Amino acid sequence: MKSMLRIFNSLFLWELLKGLKLTGRYLFKRKFTVQYPEEKAPMSPRFRGLHALRRYPNGEERCIACKLCEAVCPALAITIDSEEREDGTRRTTQYDIDLSKCIFCGLCEESCPVDSIVETRIYEYHAEERGDLLYTKEQLLAIGDKHEKQIAEDRAQQAPYR
Amino acid sequence: MIDTLLSIYQSWPEWFQFLSFTVVKILAIVVPISLGVAYLTLAERKVIGFVQVRIGPNRVGPRGLLQPIADAVKLMFKEIIIPTGANRYLFLLAPVLTLGPALVAWAVVPFTDSMVLSNIDASLLFILAITSLGVYGVIIAGWASNSKYAFLGALRSSAQIVSYEIAMGFALVCVLMAAGSLNLVEIVEAQQGSVLHWFWIPLLPMFVVYFLSGLAETNRAPFDVAEGESEIVAGFHVEYSGMAFSIFFLAEYANMMLISLLTALMFLGGWLSPFEWILSDELLNGSGVVSLLLGDGIHWLLLKTCFFLFLFLWFRATFPRYRYDQIMRLGWKVFIPITIVWILVLGGLILAGVPPWFDAA
Repeated sequence: MKSMLRIFNSLFLWELLKGLKLTGRYLFKRKFTVQYPEEKAPMSPRFRGLHALRRYPNGEERCIACKLCEAVCPALAITIDSEEREDGTRRTTQYDIDLSKCIFCGLCEESCPVDSIVETRIYEYHAEERGDLLYTKEQLLAIGDKHEKQIAEDRAQQAPYR
Repeated sequence: MIDTLLSIYQSWPEWFQFLSFTVVKILAIVVPISLGVAYLTLAERKVIGFVQVRIGPNRVGPRGLLQPIADAVKLMFKEIIIPTGANRYLFLLAPVLTLGPALVAWAVVPFTDSMVLSNIDASLLFILAITSLGVYGVIIAGWASNSKYAFLGALRSSAQIVSYEIAMGFALVCVLMAAGSLNLVEIVEAQQGSVLHWFWIPLLPMFVVYFLSGLAETNRAPFDVAEGESEIVAGFHVEYSGMAFSIFFLAEYANMMLISLLTALMFLGGWLSPFEWILSDELLNGSGVVSLLLGDGIHWLLLKTCFFLFLFLWFRATFPRYRYDQIMRLGWKVFIPITIVWILVLGGLILAGVPPWFDAA
């Protein structure tokens, strides 16, 4: 009886028709495609994009050249040099991130005791030459200045979970 | 303007008139086929995209409508690479041999009872013969490429086409038994009456067998082992690029359209209107736009063809590829016995003169 049923089913393509019905239903479903340049997918405040160096509200740069980020960086993408400034504080003279090495793990941001190095929501950047992906201190500070509002907002949102 | 053109035409010798008129008719078939192929590729990408809950190409032109043009231009400017170990002449001959039969078969395909390039008596036989020739292009392509993937693809494809040819031939035998003619125009006219008079009811198993064999003949999913991407890269056309590759594509899609059209002609009444017998005679055969739309005409044939083409795409989006031995089993141990049994059953039906299909004769 069971084998009869199986022959009947395969002869009348029953399973195949069921498959067609399923894909036929999907044909009319709402599409998931995000039409990228016009539409963008929602983004988490924890998004790990392009790096930035932040400043305090009074304009003083946060980084104290502790080099924790340099030490923790698994890809060895960060290079820091430091010196004593005239006012006696320790500051970086060089802070380079090689984005062609960076794996965007976010460990630098986590290790930073003063929330200086952060990863922003920016992911639409490009370089025409390999050297363009080496971001210097000035460039990173500029990114931080430009997007400070968004960065601060995202940090505030995450604060309870940190 | 028209008068001067007509007078020029009439000043030509008679053989030249005939020749030029035939060439125009051929162009009137081949150009729509090429356009149809181009837009079938777009339709395929769209349908498969929609089934996969994506939206498919929509960037080139309004709603992606110029995508096939962009693709064609891209392919035209690509280099045709001939592998060092390949046999140059066979390598370049193969795409031509594939496309040739795919287009030649259209010569005998009727679009309405009067719109047919050459209304020969044995058009069904002609089509069966010509479509079988397409396999030579595939075999030669696989052999001339001097590549193991291409060779394996060609072997698989030829074995598959040869096995399904038999089932297909038997299905056609049923059609010609039912219609009592090998001429496609007469086959369609034998189905006159109503939707119930079309051959899809008395020949339902043959209808399915023919269409599925057609899938296998054109190497379409789920019978696409000949080019199975996951196993043998692209099968017989791995080594081809540029225009040579696109000619294989053109042939494959032209064959798809041919199979769909033939299925519509032989089983779904071709250009016959489905409203026959349901609507009144004057509504169908009178003059005016309504009867032009509802009555018999090429638009019904195209509509039915589009339905089958959609089935091709739907199948491709739904089914996983058959294993090679399963394909062989299906062809030899399922389709051929079914067709042979149905030939006997159909003979009985015809002898008994079962209405409404076989009571006339």
